[in-house]
Amino acid sequence: MTTNPQKGISAFVSDCMRWALSGGIGFKIYLVALLTVIGVGAFAYIKQFQEGLIITGMSDIVSWGLYISNFTFFVGVAAAAVMLIVPAYILKDKDLHEVVIIGECVAVGALIMCLMFITMDMGGPFKVWHMMPIIGLFNWPSSILTWDVLVLNGYLALNSLVPLYILYCNYHNRAPVGWKYKPFVFLSIFWAVSIHMTTAFLYQGLPARPFWNNPLLGPRFLASAFAAGPAVIMMVLIVIKQKTQYPVDIQIFFKLKRIIVVSAIINLLMLFSEIFKEFYTFTHHSLSAQYLFFGLDGHDSLVPWIWTAIGLNILGTLLFSFDPTKCNPRYLMVAAISLFTGIWIEKGFGLIIPGFIPSPMGEVVDYSPTTNEILITLGVLATGILVVTLLIKPALAILIKFKKATA
Amino acid sequence: MNSSTKEEGQMKTKEILETKSSRRAFMKKLSIAAAAGSAGLVTGGCVSLESSEEMGLKWEEYFKKNYRLMTQEEKDETVARLERLFKLQHNENVQISNQEPQENVLFGYAFNISRCKGYMDCVEACVQENNLDRKAKTQYIRIFEMEPGQLDPTSGDGKYHHEVPVENKFYMGVQCYHCENAPCTKACPTKATWREPDGIIVVDYDWCIGCRYCLAACPYWGRRFNWGEPEVAEEEITKKQHYLGNRMRMKGVMEKCTFCIQRTRQGKLPACAEACPTGSRVFGNLLDPNSEIRYVLKHKKVFRFKEELGTDPKFWYFID
Repeated sequence: MTTNPQKGISAFVSDCMRWALSGGIGFKIYLVALLTVIGVGAFAYIKQFQEGLIITGMSDIVSWGLYISNFTFFVGVAAAAVMLIVPAYILKDKDLHEVVIIGECVAVGALIMCLMFITMDMGGPFKVWHMMPIIGLFNWPSSILTWDVLVLNGYLALNSLVPLYILYCNYHNRAPVGWKYKPFVFLSIFWAVSIHMTTAFLYQGLPARPFWNNPLLGPRFLASAFAAGPAVIMMVLIVIKQKTQYPVDIQIFFKLKRIIVVSAIINLLMLFSEIFKEFYTFTHHSLSAQYLFFGLDGHDSLVPWIWTAIGLNILGTLLFSFDPTKCNPRYLMVAAISLFTGIWIEKGFGLIIPGFIPSPMGEVVDYSPTTNEILITLGVLATGILVVTLLIKPALAILIKFKKATA
Repeated sequence: MNSSTKEEGQMKTKEILETKSSRRAFMKKLSIAAAAGSAGLVTGGCVSLESSEEMGLKWEEYFKKNYRLMTQEEKDETVARLERLFKLQHNENVQISNQEPQENVLFGYAFNISRCKGYMDCVEACVQENNLDRKAKTQYIRIFEMEPGQLDPTSGDGKYHHEVPVENKFYMGVQCYHCENAPCTKACPTKATWREPDGIIVVDYDWCIGCRYCLAACPYWGRRFNWGEPEVAEEEITKKQHYLGNRMRMKGVMEKCTFCIQRTRQGKLPACAEACPTGSRVFGNLLDPNSEIRYVLKHKKVFRFKEELGTDPKFWYFID
């Protein structure tokens, strides 16, 4: 397949590794910092592995905590890619086509975080083979969790293999052959929607938890993801624009901003709809929402978090909607961080924890993560950031090289 | 451990192992070496504390199938291994049964809310019988103290700690309801929990990966997770055990009430029903028209908890 025998796979791999790791002193410090956080997280995980999940803040009442909250949120971030893929490949948008690869790298990083969070949360991580099709016993189609395993791994494969093929062609100064990858691009669009809906169905399908058992959960999950995901991509693009030679056109920011504004407004509308339903006619099923927004029986550990989240949500939406600076990167960075953090708290903590409170037996307890749990979570986040960095660097190097060669 | 018991033990496992093919024997030798390495990694290098026999057994246990896919021979083998492991670790004998459900039996439970006085003898008996973690104070059964005018245990007090009975209060026991349409078994990604033909919802502790999706799915809070390594004082361990029942659990797996499968499949009452001093607990075969439970369902006013969820529990409350 290769035109030049000196190139091929081994040259591609070694060049990519070189590009991934090369950089100035600032980049080296950044890498060491990430590796330190990962190391501390790994150490914390060994402790959890030996002693069991008892060293987390979880209990039989709040049986999922920080890990599953973050898992849920980052499934949303993984969707970010699709908001670039649709305009780039379907609407043939030239600007967004330039950065679609960055969206895909972010998706891969987010998915790796998701899979790690799931593993960290397991009581028996060595028994994970029990859940694999064929060698284990896969409770498909009955268990939504098995669907989630399929869609997440499938999405990871799609989002790794398509860019890999395109970059591999570009590396050899060839344009990729459309029919070889386009079908997978179309597939990945539907697949992105499916990872959201399936993850939402994990919760939505449980009548035991009225807070989750709500048909708006899935759609709202999509809307928030389509706001938070592109916000992450925007943050990455701003960093790329300022730290590398890769050209990021101002038009890209305009277009991303438009996507974010529409999604964020739909998200807020649905949030309002949910709040209305919970509080206009207060039923027994509204107790979780009561706990989340106002506290219940003297327990109110989530109240400051959720109001901060809603504040940041509204602030981010307003900043994106009325941008007097016409896409000044600093301004956009503030707006993106604000919206991203707001949705992170709300779609993570604010979605998972109240589902367990009050318990089906009416008990109200507070959950707060332990230090060990937070360290593991930070370790996973650092791993995700590292993966994204190490993917984007060689990808951009190849794209720049290809542009020069074809110019 | 003295040498004679150890020798005796080795003879016993040898017998078990020699009944199998030579491939098994080869696998065992291979596995001992590999297990030594991996166990060392996991336990932080205290390999010397574990005999090679123990590690070999653990290794074979690791690769066994889901209980429901095992042949009778495989079920007997795993039970033998587990009994031997317990002997090695505690120098005590336990009997682990793998008794199958009986024909034409469907277990059901009824709880008399007019009689229960909240003494909690049932809770105590359950903890003893089922080897529940004493450190985490795990309980399958909980008793809620109720105000008149309520029938929903979520509005009662599940943490009362005073002399009972209290004037003008009544008591409601809750536990796993062994639903016919159980949301927990549907949720499990590995089929590690299921409904047996006699109606008991069981967990294959060795197959459970500890994702806790079943716990989130249960509308009755009927499941308990082993957040840490469960602890039961050696002299308090109930030695008559069942593979799907009260055998010792390990950290990171789900457990729950099994209607005392180790007792009820032998025709005995569950420990809670036997211990109840007021006769509030009625247990029996729903398929036997002459059983007490059938009498209660026919002649008393009965109701079930969260009937609207369509889970079809096999646990009724009734009023005299």
